[in-house]
Amino acid sequence: MAILEVSNIRKSFGNVEVLKDISFTMEKGEALSIIGSSGSGKTTLLRCLNFLERPDGGSIRVNGEKLFDAADAATQRDKEVRRKRLHFGLVFQSFNLFPQYTALKNVMLAVELLAKETPEYKADKRAVRERIEAEARALLEQVGLQNRMQNYPWQLSGGQQQRVAIARALALKPDILCFDEPTSALDPELTGEVLRVIRSLKTDERTMIIVTHEMEFARDVSDQVIFMDGGVIVEQGDPAEIINNPKEERTIQFLRRFSGNE
Amino acid sequence: MQLFFQQFPIVVRSLNIGFLQTLKLFFVTLIGALPLGLLIAFGSMSRVKPISVLTRIAVWIVRGSPLMIQLLIIFYFPGIVLHKSIWGGGEAGRFAAASTAFIINYACYFSEIYRGGIQSVPVGQEEAGLVLGMTKSQIFLHVKLSQVIKRIVPPMSNEIITLVKDTSLARIIALQEIIWAGQAFMKSSQGISGAIWPLFFTGVYYLICNGLLTLLFGWVERKLGYYKV
Repeated sequence: MAILEVSNIRKSFGNVEVLKDISFTMEKGEALSIIGSSGSGKTTLLRCLNFLERPDGGSIRVNGEKLFDAADAATQRDKEVRRKRLHFGLVFQSFNLFPQYTALKNVMLAVELLAKETPEYKADKRAVRERIEAEARALLEQVGLQNRMQNYPWQLSGGQQQRVAIARALALKPDILCFDEPTSALDPELTGEVLRVIRSLKTDERTMIIVTHEMEFARDVSDQVIFMDGGVIVEQGDPAEIINNPKEERTIQFLRRFSGNE
Repeated sequence: MQLFFQQFPIVVRSLNIGFLQTLKLFFVTLIGALPLGLLIAFGSMSRVKPISVLTRIAVWIVRGSPLMIQLLIIFYFPGIVLHKSIWGGGEAGRFAAASTAFIINYACYFSEIYRGGIQSVPVGQEEAGLVLGMTKSQIFLHVKLSQVIKRIVPPMSNEIITLVKDTSLARIIALQEIIWAGQAFMKSSQGISGAIWPLFFTGVYYLICNGLLTLLFGWVERKLGYYKV
């Protein structure tokens, strides 16, 4: 069974139709890259999956559970959105770390707040907090920041901040981790470290969607590539096939412009 | 000169009593206006149109007209026009009326500072919280509040220092604050008459008080200086 099933998603802002009938599926453990020029709807699609935007049409299923269906008001209750969101994680282009907290606290905060609602927390606060902190430390180590745990975001480079943001998203153990142009706000010499971390996250267990302009990275790391243009999926399939031998004219144009920019 | 040294202790005692009333008005205004301002700020940002429009009109009226007139209206309107004085007589009644006017007036100013502070927190902060499964109130409490406070300390300290001096407006309804106390010696009080220096001397009290507040706000700013927004 597919872990993610996106069917006929539509979204407009005013008169501008940003997403026109987007459908795709993903298997567990798969990495999907979404490429396309600015304004093609890639970011809006990720925001719809994370319930930051409400699609005008279509449905979203995770592990067979219908999380959202535009035709079914029962799936759109605000109360449940919070729980449904946790199926997804999102790493933003601009990091959006909380500036008043250390790297460690940034990773722990949301997990702690969620834990406070559980009976285990009420029974033994200390043990739960220690467990959360140990997990957060392990995650920061995993992204190579064992020496930066007590630093505040302003004391970290852009690449380090983005790695904290990745650890923060991982802390909630989402089924599907989304990256929205994770290296677009970084200086070129810092993109490498972030891409390396994302690459290292790829396991059979972890499902990832990566919106990116890094073609080489998309080709190497993903199992599937989607090229979007004007709110539709123009081409979809094997990464090497699409990036090296695109079939559609629009894809060819996009990739040519892209290699010209590099 | 000898006369001055005879008058000085008498005047200082009198000004001290007046300044106590000034400080009382200052603190009562803060205690009332700081939370009320937050309420008004949320009202003016409300997504319920009638609430936000009405709140903004009220803020416009209060900020758009002189505090002195508001003091006069709040103090005299119930008694003279409605023939039903609600404030009671004497200093206590004047203090109640002055506090009410000051709290309403300053809450409106504070509300705009709060609103500016809240709206200046980047939308990405809220979105990051939402994606991490936080509720709106958790986001406000754990993510935004500290950033809002950090941003509003400079404009708030401005407004609070102005409040110290604005309390002198309560003189218009004869509240016995420090200006009233200083002025009394111009006519005649406790054997001193025709002396203008006590009135001028009140300035020293305001200066000292605002000097201390400036130090306090500087300390708060330094305390919140450990991170950058």
